Amino acid sequence: MVVLLKGTAMDKGWIEIHDAGMYVAPADAFVDPVKPVQTALITHGHADHARAGHKHVIATPETLAIMASRYGDNFAEKTTPLPYGHSLDLQTVKIRTAPAGHVLGSAQIILEHNATRIIAAGDYKRKADPTCEPFEVVPCDIFITEATFGLPVFRHPDPASEIQKLLDAQALFPDRSIVIGAYSLGKAQRIIALLREAGWDAPIYLHGAIQPLCRLYETHGVNLGDLQSATIGERGVPQDYLKGQFIIAPPSALSAKWAQRLPDPMVVFASGWMQVRQRAKQRGVELPLILSDHADWADLLMTIEQIAPKLVWVTHGREDALIHACAQMGIPAEALSLIGYDEET
Amino acid sequence: MQAFAELLEHLIFSPRRQVKLTYLSDWLKQTPDPDRGYGLAALTGELSFKSVKAGLVRELASQVVDPDLFALSYDFVGDLAETTALVWPERDRVNIGPLLLREVVEHLQLASRPAASELVKGWLYNLPEAQRWALLKLATGGMRVGVSARMARLALADAYNTPVEQIEEIWPIISVPYTELFAWLEGKAERPNAEGRAVFRPLMLAHPLEEPDLAKMDLVEYQIEWKWDGARVQFVSAEEGVKLFSRSGDDINASFPDMILPIKWQGVLDGELLAGTPGEIGSFQDLQQRLNRKKPSAKLQETHPVFLRVYDILFDGEDDLRRLSLRKRRKHLETILPQLDTDKIDISTVVAGTNLEELNQMRDACRMGGLIEGLMLKRQDGDYKSGRIKGEWFKWKRDPLTADVVIMYAQRGHGKRSSFYSDFTFGAWRITDNTPELVPVGKAYSGFTDVELKRLDKFVRENTIQKFGPVREVAKSLVIEVAFDSLSMSKRHKSGLAMRFPRFRAIRWDKAAKEADTVETLQRLIDS
Ligand SMILES: [Zn+2]
Repeated sequence: MVVLLKGTAMDKGWIEIHDAGMYVAPADAFVDPVKPVQTALITHGHADHARAGHKHVIATPETLAIMASRYGDNFAEKTTPLPYGHSLDLQTVKIRTAPAGHVLGSAQIILEHNATRIIAAGDYKRKADPTCEPFEVVPCDIFITEATFGLPVFRHPDPASEIQKLLDAQALFPDRSIVIGAYSLGKAQRIIALLREAGWDAPIYLHGAIQPLCRLYETHGVNLGDLQSATIGERGVPQDYLKGQFIIAPPSALSAKWAQRLPDPMVVFASGWMQVRQRAKQRGVELPLILSDHADWADLLMTIEQIAPKLVWVTHGREDALIHACAQMGIPAEALSLIGYDEET
Repeated sequence: MQAFAELLEHLIFSPRRQVKLTYLSDWLKQTPDPDRGYGLAALTGELSFKSVKAGLVRELASQVVDPDLFALSYDFVGDLAETTALVWPERDRVNIGPLLLREVVEHLQLASRPAASELVKGWLYNLPEAQRWALLKLATGGMRVGVSARMARLALADAYNTPVEQIEEIWPIISVPYTELFAWLEGKAERPNAEGRAVFRPLMLAHPLEEPDLAKMDLVEYQIEWKWDGARVQFVSAEEGVKLFSRSGDDINASFPDMILPIKWQGVLDGELLAGTPGEIGSFQDLQQRLNRKKPSAKLQETHPVFLRVYDILFDGEDDLRRLSLRKRRKHLETILPQLDTDKIDISTVVAGTNLEELNQMRDACRMGGLIEGLMLKRQDGDYKSGRIKGEWFKWKRDPLTADVVIMYAQRGHGKRSSFYSDFTFGAWRITDNTPELVPVGKAYSGFTDVELKRLDKFVRENTIQKFGPVREVAKSLVIEVAFDSLSMSKRHKSGLAMRFPRFRAIRWDKAAKEADTVETLQRLIDS
């Protein structure tokens, strides 16, 4: 399927929507393609955005390192690092990156062609995050935004107050282990860093799947303190050393046998979806933490207001409400309805 | 409001009762009066405000949020109070200090609807999200956080290291926000005094008697009584009048105005409410006619009289007899009997007989019109304790009756079983004009294992011949053995039979439907 967007005063016809994703025609490159392509511009390292199998990958050095750790050092025939603020030309398109504040190395991809600037922001957030560079506001003609939390009900609270909930639970239940479900890239490291900021100096225990990316963050200068492996021994052997401790695990491990062998585990899940209490309850979460690496409703609107583009395209998430709100701000907005991106990673 | 909001969230998300209790008792200890009392009342549904209903919340939301955005949000969240709390606009808050539960409760109790609307709106602007949500839940009622009145009392017991029975006993005489209760629990005041008040005292309950128990028991130490087939009640006579309580402590005066006797004696009696008169006892079905009626007509009171058969005494006047042994209480009961000068009360006789064989025969002979279910064995030197205490009181029911019947209809169950066909109507054969026909004789929905339930469900799905709404009629091929406590005549059923507490005993996959019992055979089991 090819949809050519008709040019008006601006030349926006050079972005096409293909099955593989968003195609930058004059550069012959895709942004975050969901199928293997010749040239891929990758916004960040989450698996639904940074897939394997492309010939040439252009991304920030951190994102390239994350892809190498996940897919192996030879994950592409050619890689081109594009640090924040640097630029390169692909045929007639000038390409630049700016921090998106989502995870380590996450970038907005700034495309300039025929005197029109289009920004594909990828996933982004505006709340402070000690593990990555903050989002940079860059003016443009067309801003391509996500809308994962594109409803006014999503207003992510101050991360420090959410982390305090963990410390309170630990104090009230010193004999329970507190197992925190968090995505292995970004969320896990952010929680560790926030716990450190809140004064928790004791070791934090990690499920095996979390460890490689924590090491990667540390080599990129993010200090995470004393991290230990949460090794679960023989069935039936009590893991007493984990009482009153924080254990970080990928969400999939929470319901697995692994978690059942922890001492009286309290299941915590950290996600923007935890805002809606019934949803949290349905997932069987005992302590929901509203902690997201995406922009909440207020931050989506604030970002669009600050950038003040002539046009907004919404890639994935809850487009209806955001398009409605953009119209009220006097900025036309359209849904691109890209498929293949997860709800929150 | 902040601590209360956090408590609500913990209660919602904690899957385990013990964890809920920990949060609850922790909050009780850290919250001052009268906030903790108001909060507790809100949690158990004892607090409501006439001036605040769901309509008011909807109205407020529509005043401050774009209607399209609200509709999209409500659609996603599915709960009005939560949606409103989440989308409420954040603006700079006036620093008026924390909002206390007492302010909310005491203001809303007095407010008219328009005033309540203004109050709630003002608070919503000054609170963060979790507290907005808690406020709206509190104001509109309907907490649904899984806290029963019993659980609240357990949390109190836990928080203040006090036996829960002591709290339950004074519960009826204290009221929101329970300040006198907390004063006592914290050792700052005497226990609120229930003496002389017509309040319910927790009952002593019996364990079913198992064969191994029997072997260890020295029967001489036990008082043996008939187990009457009526309704356990507590009869309380006090300054303020007479009150009748069900076994769960509900006031049932309205259903039994004929038992609200004008007697002078004051105290608390434990006994069985039976149909008929002491001279001529009616059946449990007769009693059922009365139990089902919230306000019986004068005519029904006349055609279906009831009376109280007493077997224990808890108080005589203000004297608490519960610390006395059963032997002494029984003696005391017999001495006060003349003071209960009424034909509506008599005493349950003690059964003589001390060897096992005799008792066993007596138990099996318990078929006098379905009035006796078996025997009670009570330790004579035991005091009156509340709850089900091991080794003190035993009930020894006669063996159930059984019959082979055929499954005719099935219906889905409730709750956890809602995806299974688990409620079954079964029938027995009746032969009219040489043609056998199945007529329904009862319904059963227990007594099978989870594995059996799956097989039964499969049978229903594969053998459905007709559907009537939620009910499926199945091919008349599966025989089950049902056990039941008794059988009586009934005009309400086509078969003319009413079974008491039927349940599955075995599924006879091996038996053919034609081998099941007939209505005639069953009629012979009717208590005469
Ligand atoms: Zn992402």
